[in-house]
Amino acid sequence: MATAAKIDPMHQFMIAPLGSDQLAATPFQFTNSALWMLVVLGVIVVFMWGGLKRQLVPGRWQASVEVLTGFVDNITRESIGPAGRKYLPWVFTAFVFILISNWVGAMPFAIVPGAHPFTVTSQFSVTWTMSVISFLIVLAVGFWKHGLHFFSLFVPKGAPLPIKIFIAPIEFVSFMVRPFSLGLRPFVAMFAGHILLDVFGNFIVQGLNAGSAMGGFIAALCFVFIVMMSALELLIGAIQAYVFALLTAIYINDAENLH
Amino acid sequence: MPQLSQLALVYQSQWFWLLLVLGAIYVFVGHGIVPKVEATVDLRDAQISADLAEAERLRAEADATEAAWRAKINEAHADAQVLAHEAKDRSLRDTEKRVSAADKKLATKAEEAAKALDEARKSALGEIETMAASAAREIVARLAGAEVDEKAARAAVAGALSRA
Repeated sequence: MATAAKIDPMHQFMIAPLGSDQLAATPFQFTNSALWMLVVLGVIVVFMWGGLKRQLVPGRWQASVEVLTGFVDNITRESIGPAGRKYLPWVFTAFVFILISNWVGAMPFAIVPGAHPFTVTSQFSVTWTMSVISFLIVLAVGFWKHGLHFFSLFVPKGAPLPIKIFIAPIEFVSFMVRPFSLGLRPFVAMFAGHILLDVFGNFIVQGLNAGSAMGGFIAALCFVFIVMMSALELLIGAIQAYVFALLTAIYINDAENLH
Repeated sequence: MPQLSQLALVYQSQWFWLLLVLGAIYVFVGHGIVPKVEATVDLRDAQISADLAEAERLRAEADATEAAWRAKINEAHADAQVLAHEAKDRSLRDTEKRVSAADKKLATKAEEAAKALDEARKSALGEIETMAASAAREIVARLAGAEVDEKAARAAVAGALSRA
C-alpha cells in the first residue's frame, strides 16, 4: 500500500505467480493460491497422520483426529444412512479442505515479514469447483442407481396432478441452482469476512498514524473489533465447512435414497 | 474483484492445483487414513462393549456365587438351630428324669423315716404306758395300800392318756 489513505481490501484476493513474472493461462503455473493449497494439504496430512497411532487408549492428538472423522462420519450416516460410508471420503475431503483453508486463511501470518497469507476458499473458482464435484457425484449416483427414474425427484409424492405440474419445474430450477448456492456460501463468507478484517486493520494503522488521541482511541477500538471478528471468522469457517459437508450429504441422500 | 478480473488467466492453474490437492486428500486421507482411524474407533467400541459384557457376566456369576453361599449359610444356621434345640431338649429331659428320680428316692427315704418315727413313737408310747402303769400301781400301793392288778392299771393309764 503506497499511501496510508488508500485502502485496497481487494489486494489480498489477488493471485500472483510464484517463480515467474507474469500470470499465464496455463494449468501448471505455480501461484500463491497453489502454494496455500499445498500448505492446507500439508496441514491436513500432518494432522491426520497423528490419528494413525491406533492406540487403544488415544492420546490428545489421536483423539482429536477421531473426533473429526467421527463428526464427518456422523454427518454422512445421519443424512444418507448406512450407505453413507461410501461417500465419506469425498464429504470428509470437502469438509477438511474448506475447514483448514478457512482457518489457515484466518491465521495472522502477515506479522511475519514477507509472508502474504492467502485464503484459498475466498476464490469462487475454488468453491464452485468443489460444489460442481458434489453436484456431479449426485447426478452420477442418481442416474446410476435409478436411471431416468431419477427425474421423479422433482415430482412431489402424493400431490394432486395440477400441483405436480406446477411444482416440478420449481423443483428442477432449485435443483439446478444447488451447485451455485453450495459454492457461493463459503466463498461469500470468506470474501466478506476478509474485507472487513482488512478494512478495520487499515483503520488501526491510520488511527495510529494520525498521532492524535482520537486516532489512538479509534485504533484501540478497531483492534478490539478485529479480535472479536477473528474469533467470529474461525466460527464461520467451521460453520461453512459443516454446511458444505452437510448439504453435500443431503444432496447425495436425494440421489441414493430416491423417495 | 480480482476473483473475476483474473479468472480468465488463473482458472486453469486454479483447477489444476485444486484438483491435485483435493485428489491427494481424497486418496491419502479420505481413502487411506480415515478408514484406518474409523477401524481403530470401531475396534475400541467393540472392545469396550465386549469388556462391558464380560464384566456383566462376571457380576452375574459373583451374584450367583454369593446367593449360593448365602443359602448355604442359612442352611447351616438352621441346622445349628435344630441341633441346639435338640440338645437343649435332651438335657432338659435328662434333668427332669434325674430330678424325678431323686424326688422318688427322697420320698421313699422320707416315708421310711416317717415309718421309723411312727414306730419309735409307738414303742415310746408303749414304754411310757408300762412305766406309767407300774408307777400308778406303786402310787396306789403306797397311798391306798391296795394291790392293783397290772391289767387294770394299764387300762386306766391308757384311758388317761387317750383323754389327755
